[in-house]
Amino acid sequence: MLEEARSRWHPIAAAHDLPFRHVFHGQLLGREFAVWRADDGYVNIWENRCLHRGVRLSIGINDGRELKCQYHGWRYSNRTAGCTYIPAHPADAPARTITNRTFPAVERYGLVWSSEEPLGEVPDVAGLAEGKLLALRGIAVNAPADQVVERLKAYRFQPNGAIDGDAAETLIEAAQDFAVALRSRDGAAETLGVFFVQPADSNRSVIRGVLDRDAEGSAHIAVLRHHNERLSRLRDEAERDMANAPAPAPIEPVYERVSAELAEMPELTAHGRKAALRVTVARKWQTADGIAGFELRPIKGILPTFQPGAHIDVHMPNGEIRQYSITNGPGETDSFVIGVKLERDSKGGSKCMHETVREGDVLAISEPRNNFPLRRDAIKTIFVAGGIGITPLLAMAQALNNQELTHELHYFAQGEEHLAFADRLRALGDALKPHLGFSPDETGAELRRVLTGYRNGMHLYICGPGPMLEAARKIAAEQGWPDSAVHFEYFKNTNKIDDSSSFEVALARSCVTLQVPAGKTILQVMRESGIDVPSSCEQGACGTCMATVIEGEPDHQDVYLNDAERKAGTKIMTCVSRAKSARLVLDI
Amino acid sequence: MAARCVDRELLNDWHIVADRESLTRDTPFPTRLLGVDLVISKRSSRVEVVRADTGAALKTAERYGFIWACLDKPWRDIVYIPEANEADRHLVSGGSIAVKVSGLRAVENFLDMGHFPFVHTGWLGEEPHTEVAPYNVEITAQDEVLATECKFYQPVASPTAREGSVVDYIYKVIRPYTVALYKSNPVQKHRLDVITLFVQPVDEENCIAHPFLCYLKDGIEAATVRSFMQLIFAQDKPILENQVPKRLPLDPRAETPIRADAVSVSYRRWLRDRAVTYGAIPAQN
Repeated sequence: MLEEARSRWHPIAAAHDLPFRHVFHGQLLGREFAVWRADDGYVNIWENRCLHRGVRLSIGINDGRELKCQYHGWRYSNRTAGCTYIPAHPADAPARTITNRTFPAVERYGLVWSSEEPLGEVPDVAGLAEGKLLALRGIAVNAPADQVVERLKAYRFQPNGAIDGDAAETLIEAAQDFAVALRSRDGAAETLGVFFVQPADSNRSVIRGVLDRDAEGSAHIAVLRHHNERLSRLRDEAERDMANAPAPAPIEPVYERVSAELAEMPELTAHGRKAALRVTVARKWQTADGIAGFELRPIKGILPTFQPGAHIDVHMPNGEIRQYSITNGPGETDSFVIGVKLERDSKGGSKCMHETVREGDVLAISEPRNNFPLRRDAIKTIFVAGGIGITPLLAMAQALNNQELTHELHYFAQGEEHLAFADRLRALGDALKPHLGFSPDETGAELRRVLTGYRNGMHLYICGPGPMLEAARKIAAEQGWPDSAVHFEYFKNTNKIDDSSSFEVALARSCVTLQVPAGKTILQVMRESGIDVPSSCEQGACGTCMATVIEGEPDHQDVYLNDAERKAGTKIMTCVSRAKSARLVLDI
Repeated sequence: MAARCVDRELLNDWHIVADRESLTRDTPFPTRLLGVDLVISKRSSRVEVVRADTGAALKTAERYGFIWACLDKPWRDIVYIPEANEADRHLVSGGSIAVKVSGLRAVENFLDMGHFPFVHTGWLGEEPHTEVAPYNVEITAQDEVLATECKFYQPVASPTAREGSVVDYIYKVIRPYTVALYKSNPVQKHRLDVITLFVQPVDEENCIAHPFLCYLKDGIEAATVRSFMQLIFAQDKPILENQVPKRLPLDPRAETPIRADAVSVSYRRWLRDRAVTYGAIPAQN
C-alpha cells in the first residue's frame, strides 16, 4: 500500500502550520520536508537537507524571500530552491545548478498537500466546499496509516451546533485507504468531518481532520477542544495496541545525488549563446521618462535561480540580442523584471522593445548569468548608479537591504521623472541617495564627496554610462580605493575594436591550435571549430566569454576587466580581445 | 544502530572510553564503544574495562587524564601529544559530550572554518566576515591529513581576547576519529595552543567527544579554558544532531563541496582510501 501511496497526494501540514516566517518540519513516507511560506504567499516544500552538508533546513531561517541554512549561511531562493549565495566565497556567484529538491505544493481544504511522484490532481472531496471549513489540529500517532484509518471508522463526535450534547449519531459516508468521511447528526445539528491520514512513516501517521463548517468565537474553541480530546484518546488507544506488536522498520528515504560537476568544485557550466527559456510579457509599463519596465513570466514551469547582478539575453522579434539586468529582489522568483531605456541612436534593440513588444508577447531569453557578483562580506557597500545603470545595482541593494547589511545607493539621474522603479526604490528607505540634475563637473564633485573615507573592507559597485563610469573609477582610485574593492559593469563597449591582427591560439585542454585571421574574433574561430564557448554580449562588456590565459600576451579591447586584471594578463574576453604575441595559449 | 564494526583500523586501535574524573569508586560506569557495551570499574587504584556481553576484560590504559581501551590487540600506541609534556601548559578536558551523530561528522565539523560566523556568532566568527581564504592541504609522511595557512577573522578568538583578530590555524587529522587543531596563542604569538579532539565512536550514529586542551598558562585559568571549550561545543551540538543522514557519506556526489571544504574533501577521500566504513556511508561505484 505504501508503494502505491507515493503517487498520491497527501496532506503534510495545515495551512495554519505555516505562520509568518516560520519553517515547518513535515514528513511523508519517511521523507522529511522543510515547508515554508514566503512573504509573497508561495508555499515551498523542499527536501529537508541543505545540499552542502545535509543539515536540516527546517532549523533554518525564513527571511520571507529566502531560506538560510544555519550551518554555513547558504541561501536558497523562494520557489526555485536554487542557491543564491555562499558566504565562504563572497566574490563568486554560486553555480546555478546548486538547487535543492522541491516537491509540489497545493493548498486545499485548509491543508497543504504534496506527493513524491503525483499522478493526477489533489482529490475532490464531496461536501467540502472551499471557504468556510475548519481544519483541526494535526494529531500524530505512532501507528501505521491503515490501522489509524480503521480506528477512524469508529470515531464518534458531536456536530458543531450541539458540541455539548452526547446524543449524536455518526455515520460513515465514505472510506478510502487514507481518508474517512463521517457525518454526525444530533437533532437539527449536523457536521461532516473528513479525516485524512498522512502516512508520515511506516509506523507514524498524522490525522488531519477538516470539518465542513467553522464556528465563531468560543464555539470555535469548543469544537477544536472536542476533537482534540477525542482524537487524542483515539491516538492513545492505537499506540497502546501497537506497543505489543513489533514496529515496522522506518522507511529509508533515498536522497538524490548531486550532479557530477558539483561533486568536484562548482563552476558555471558552458552554454553557448542560447535562449532556452520562453517567457510572456505579463506587464509593460513606463517606469520613468524614456524607460520601459517589463515583467517576464515563464510560459511553463518556473524560472531558474538568479543572483543579484545577473543579466539575461533577450532575443527580440527582429533578431537582435540584448542584455538586460534583472532588477528583482531576493526571492521574487515568479517573474523577471527588467528595465529598458530607449536609446536615441538605437540600432534596433531598445527601439524594438519599446515600440514592437507588447503585453502578451512571447520572448526567448537565456538563463540568467552572473558576471557581476555581489559580495556580502563588506563592512559597507556603496552603489553608484548612473541612469539606467540602476538595474543591476537595484537588485543588489534589495539583497543587502533584506539581510540588513550596511549600504548606500547613490542614484545619479537628470531629474525626478528619470528615476526608474520608484516602488522598489522606496522600499530601500534612507539607503537611497538620489543626485538629480547634475552637470558632469558637478557629478565629479559629488562623487568625490561620496567616495571619501574608504576603509579596508568596503566595496564599491558602479554601473552607468561610459564617461560617468570612467570618472567614478578614476575618483575612487584617487581616494584610495584599491582595484579589488571596485566592481563595475559597462552597458556596452565603446572602444573602437581593432581586429587587424592575426595570430595563433592554442587551446590547452581541447588540444587544438587555431589560426585567428584579421577580421575574425577568437570566439568565432573557436565556434567554427566546434568548440562551444559561452557568450552573451559579444562586445567585451559582460564577461561571459572570459577565458584563462596560460601563455602569451593578450591585447585587451574589452571593458570588463579592471586595470590590475589587465596588467596580470591571465584573463581574456574572447569575443573582442586579441593577442600582442604571435601565440596565445588558453585554458579551454 | 547495532551494526558490527569490521574495520581493523578501529578494532585494533585505542579509544577513549571515559574521562578519569567521571569514575567514582565502587559505582560501575557503563559506556559503549563501536557498538559494544562496556562496563568500567575502579577498584583501589586499578581501572578495569569489561565487555557487558562476554564479561571479557579489555586491554586498558590511562593517559592525558582519560581511560583508554582497545577491543582487540592494539596495533599502535595511543596518539602522542608532545605539548602535553610542557610544564607551562594547562592540560584540561573540555568535558565528555555525547552527540547523536556519527563521530566522523564531528571530526569534519572540527575541521571546518566556514561555519564560525553562523554557529559561533560573536565568538569564533561574525558576519559579514565570512570568507574562507584558500589554504593548503596535504597528506603527511605519517599519513595524516594536514591543513596549513588557515586564517579566519574572529571577534573573540580565545577566552582572554579583548578585540577581534585574524587567527592562524593548523588542522591535523591524526586517526579516523582523532583530530587536532593548533591556534596561535594571543600572548606568546610564536607558540600554539593545541586542542586534540578524541572522538569515542559509541556506535555508527552516536559519539562522545572528548576534547583535550593543552593551553599556555600565560594569563589564563584552567577553568576558563574548559568553559570556553564547552561554550563552543554546545553551539556545535544542535547543528551536528540535525545532519541528515547521521553517518558521513563518502560518495563525492552525496553532498556539495566548495573550495572552503578542501580539508574535508581530503578527509573523506583519506577515509575511503583506508577503507574506514564504521560511521560512514560507503561510496557507490
